[in-house]
Amino acid sequence: MRSIAAWLTIVVLGASLLFAAVSLPFGSPAMSDMDDYFISHGQEQTGANNIVTSIVFDFRGFDTIGEACVLFTAVFGVSVLFRSRKKGEDYEYE
Amino acid sequence: MIDNLPFLVVALTIILGIYTILLKKDLIKIIMGISIIESGVNLFLIVLGYRWDSIAPIFTGAPSLEMVMPTVQALTLTSIVIGVATLALMLSLVMIIFRYYKTTDVSKVTKLQG
Amino acid sequence: MSDCMSKLIRTTADIMFLFITVFGFYIVLHGHLTPGGGFQGGAIVAGGFILLIVAYRLEDFLKWFQKNTFQSCEVSGLVLFIGTALAAIPLGYLFFMNFLNGAGGLFGQAVSFGINPGVLNTAGTIPVMNIAVGIEVLGGLSIIILYMTSGIRSHEEGE
Repeated sequence: MRSIAAWLTIVVLGASLLFAAVSLPFGSPAMSDMDDYFISHGQEQTGANNIVTSIVFDFRGFDTIGEACVLFTAVFGVSVLFRSRKKGEDYEYE
Repeated sequence: MIDNLPFLVVALTIILGIYTILLKKDLIKIIMGISIIESGVNLFLIVLGYRWDSIAPIFTGAPSLEMVMPTVQALTLTSIVIGVATLALMLSLVMIIFRYYKTTDVSKVTKLQG
Repeated sequence: MSDCMSKLIRTTADIMFLFITVFGFYIVLHGHLTPGGGFQGGAIVAGGFILLIVAYRLEDFLKWFQKNTFQSCEVSGLVLFIGTALAAIPLGYLFFMNFLNGAGGLFGQAVSFGINPGVLNTAGTIPVMNIAVGIEVLGGLSIIILYMTSGIRSHEEGE
């Protein structure tokens, strides 16, 4: 019973993904006004030659602050899980 | 249809990831399936921003001035780093589960306490 | 994991560690001219540290680098990043403004438009943020591997 539901899910999702992959136009994006503005005004407003770095750190810098905090939270979570045992304290599951 | 080959590769990668999550019985293999789906989504983001006969959006020593779209490449950088962070937490949780249950079979890890 | 590797692997890891560190910091520093930046270069330098952990035992590695070194690297990277973003407010601009661009100070030379060979002195606060993120990523990834490895060791000793 479980494998029938799994195979049905895989067939339905796979058919919809393949239909979307065949019908998308490759190499000619529809609307590119924002990226044309970034390419033509990126050098005079930020002073960097690399447009991708100027987008990551200057035009959309808030997303980079959030990403640095996500990395910090992951390190924080790993260090909480592997805490060493003090004297006289035992784990709940041993 | 042969022009759409990158999109077909993306669809195939995501279908393989969904198959691995739904039909495998080992916890490590399920985590590998999640990582495969994340790789497929990152490839899809980069393929969306391509233009014919264009180069990378960098002005240092560039051979021409036609460039691809740079915004989706910035989104992909963030997505890769978040994928690394969630993979580290998932593997740490599997290590703690193995320490308690002594097995990684997903049909035996069924006791919810509390 | 209780024996260190053979002498060939240990010697190669010693030499390759220096080259990997220099290459990683080159990618971090030239993030505004060539492909690269803070996250990519930080991951490369963390790979150099992980090579040393694999080649030597964990006790020998902890004699050279303690855990507190990597923790202070990560915390100082994040504080420097947000401090550079907040430093634009007392100078009269908005939050996160690029206030060093074209001002003639630390990274403030003006860039020539169009196709040019890159000059390192340009682009304002972007190289400062690249260095901060690079230090944070190398500290964070090394701390994750250190905690996971010592978690395996304490589980094996406790059995």
